[in-house]
Amino acid sequence: MKSLTRLLGNSSGRLRFFWRQICRSLAAGAAITLAGLGTSGCSSAVTEQADIVIINGAEPESLDPAIITGQGEARIVRGLFEGLTRLDPKDAVPVPGLAERWEILNDGSVYIFHLRTNAVWSTGEPINVDDVIYSWLRVLDPMTGAEYAGQLFFIKNAEEYNTGKIKNPSALGIHKMDDYTLRVELTGPTPFFLDLAAFPTLAVVPRDSIEKHSDRWIMEKPLPTSGPYTLESWRIHDRVRLRKNPRHWDAANVQNTLVDFIPMESAMTAMNLYLSGQADILWDKTIIPSELMDVLSLRPDCHQFDYLGTFFMRFNGTRKPLDDVPVRNALSMVIDKHQIVEKITRAGEKPATHFVPKGMVTYQPPKGLAYDPETARKLMAEAGYPGGKGFPTVVYLLKSGKLDEQIGVELQAMFKEHLGVRMELRQAEWKVYLAAQSALDYDLSRSRWIGYYNEPTTCLVMLMSNNGNNRTGWKNPRYDELIREGNRQVDPKKREKILQEAEVLLIREEVPIAPIYFYAGVNFFRPKEIEGIYFNLLDEHPIHAIRRVSRNRESRN
Amino acid sequence: MYFLKRILTMIPLLLIISFMAFALIRVAPGGPFDRERKPASPEIERALRAKYHLDEPLVKQYFRYLGGVLKGDFGPSLKYRNHTVNDIIKQGLPVSLALGGMAFCFAMGVGIPLGFYTAVRRGQWGDYIGSFFALLAFCIPAFVVGPVLIMIFAMKLQWLPVALWHSPLHFILPTVALGLYFSGRIARLMREGMTDTLHAGFITTARAKGLSESAILWKHAFRLAVLPVVSYSGPLLADLLTGSFVVENIFRIPGIGVFMVNSTINRDYTMVVGLVLLYAVLLLVMNLLVDLSYSLLDRRVRYE
Repeated sequence: MKSLTRLLGNSSGRLRFFWRQICRSLAAGAAITLAGLGTSGCSSAVTEQADIVIINGAEPESLDPAIITGQGEARIVRGLFEGLTRLDPKDAVPVPGLAERWEILNDGSVYIFHLRTNAVWSTGEPINVDDVIYSWLRVLDPMTGAEYAGQLFFIKNAEEYNTGKIKNPSALGIHKMDDYTLRVELTGPTPFFLDLAAFPTLAVVPRDSIEKHSDRWIMEKPLPTSGPYTLESWRIHDRVRLRKNPRHWDAANVQNTLVDFIPMESAMTAMNLYLSGQADILWDKTIIPSELMDVLSLRPDCHQFDYLGTFFMRFNGTRKPLDDVPVRNALSMVIDKHQIVEKITRAGEKPATHFVPKGMVTYQPPKGLAYDPETARKLMAEAGYPGGKGFPTVVYLLKSGKLDEQIGVELQAMFKEHLGVRMELRQAEWKVYLAAQSALDYDLSRSRWIGYYNEPTTCLVMLMSNNGNNRTGWKNPRYDELIREGNRQVDPKKREKILQEAEVLLIREEVPIAPIYFYAGVNFFRPKEIEGIYFNLLDEHPIHAIRRVSRNRESRN
Repeated sequence: MYFLKRILTMIPLLLIISFMAFALIRVAPGGPFDRERKPASPEIERALRAKYHLDEPLVKQYFRYLGGVLKGDFGPSLKYRNHTVNDIIKQGLPVSLALGGMAFCFAMGVGIPLGFYTAVRRGQWGDYIGSFFALLAFCIPAFVVGPVLIMIFAMKLQWLPVALWHSPLHFILPTVALGLYFSGRIARLMREGMTDTLHAGFITTARAKGLSESAILWKHAFRLAVLPVVSYSGPLLADLLTGSFVVENIFRIPGIGVFMVNSTINRDYTMVVGLVLLYAVLLLVMNLLVDLSYSLLDRRVRYE
């Protein structure tokens, strides 16, 4: 009986104690909440409203110009660090940046850049040739881990320096003539070198900060920047905020003061945030809800335009029967690309028969294989697989994702229907997909390529025999020679012709790849509120040109 | 003594967990520096691997890492190369803690009363309606609740913001989206516990002694009935505090839940191990606290 009373615990003291326990646990929850809010909530409270809020895709991996590889990062970094040239907001052609003018000598293989004497870091120190040389050598130093160092390989001996064949930087084709004059010797005529000079990899970065803080130099405060903006704050997965750099040589023409970049990975959230008026611009094509595009593309604030990227399929040239050219031809010819862009992707993509996207200034791509199931069937029969008989089941490697899966299923149906070819889908997580593709562990593979300058070699070099991005097992000495030959040409017409000949090899004769569609640039912004965004092939929109014309957040839907 | 022993056993446990995470993530195909576009030269890749010591034997790497951890340094992130793992946890964890703490309070605050009420009204309309809602909350996952809440309260009614994490108004929808499922679960646990307890012998005794109904329910039944909820609350709190991938993604909240999933996908080795360790420590500590609270709630439980 005694123990029962104990069990019942009828003493009011114990009861109070028990209630205290419950209250304490809830209080603990509340305390954790407050502690969390205390350290996070307040600091992220908006104190000052940005002029322009941009939804910018995934969280930047870095803001170090030498390290970044993604377009989202580049769009921020272009605001922070400038190169010798920069992009014109309208058509993304190179215009004077830190260099106010240049001379091109020796048929385009020597460039002499004259730097502005009024260019200074955001902290006040002058920017001169030493800064440029330091920045470029830093990119070429393999220890920096600059994956895009190849942008500088057009400079004499740069590749040799990067791969350790040359140790002495003075052997490079980068020479200081005086504090404000730089002589750059290239390996050959490189008509796109000014485009490269505007690329973030070649931007000018602050030596002292980097040497002092190594990998975390970008977090230094105040961070010396060479571009039209300074880095106000960067909270990971929350926001990157840029503030106008009043010391920039062109500060008078910078159209805004405070710009927020919101990282975002969910397409639905991105669209909701934009539609509710809490963001002004949504310009990352990876976070556009494609399933809503048929409705969204009718809106006046949806802007679609051609873009320098190609979605294609790789054939594994080392596997039977895909090493057989007629087989590859046949498979390419039964892909109904219109169906794919109209039924699946729907963001304004264009069907592709060639590899290099249309719209380049100096290049007209050749025509590729047309949709022609009849001829395809004939080719298959001649190759010994009439109606798909005797043809092994092939595997299509793709990355996980709804869109890629839908395209895979569509291809599966097309191959089955027209050629009787059975195809299985192997959907792999991103890194597994990349590893399998690099190791040539596939039959067919979903692929894409984005160019970064307005010249066809930005795409065509990918399939050269020793290029790490080839990943098809297809090696063709004639193709390599044509690309090299084209690169030696001074005359743009001749260059175009030779490169066209190379592309014909890719898309008509040897067909190591089957182009499927060209990506489209998709930007959302309300033209009544935002001006200064122009559409160009590179989908680049320098932020210094973006201007708010009204803060009419009523125009939401 | 018992608790000291428990704390000491955590150390080998954490060593095993960290080594497993360390080794397993490296076994997965693909590495942190694999991209659609290869680095310009193999030397760059080699230099990167050397920089982060990925070229060393696994065990050596592990001991190097452990040495860092002992000094409180979880290493640099391999994906976000301007940040260390410490930076990312320091920025993200408070946000996840806040969200998790609020969701915990919401889940408890809704779940316990609902479970209590439905158990007391067993077999009546109140029970049916309450249990139905508990079941509904329990069945609908956050990736449905979140967008529905956004659609109603942010897009249609425009009472609350769509996403982000800037002011207390931003906290409401994510808290509900995260806590709703758990409130349903807690309500069910509470209801079962309460129903069982009300059938126990000592309750009959208490009734026989003529105690008032409210005294029976509150003083006697509730304390025992709440035990399953308490034992569940430990892992629940650990779970909630380390962030939710789904909710943080839907509401674009800068917590660490997103990293829990993405670091694995990105093969951000240091980040994965750091977060696994964080989660393991939280889980172990929470379980310890739960056991501790047992002995306080139920005097039959004693730790020697």
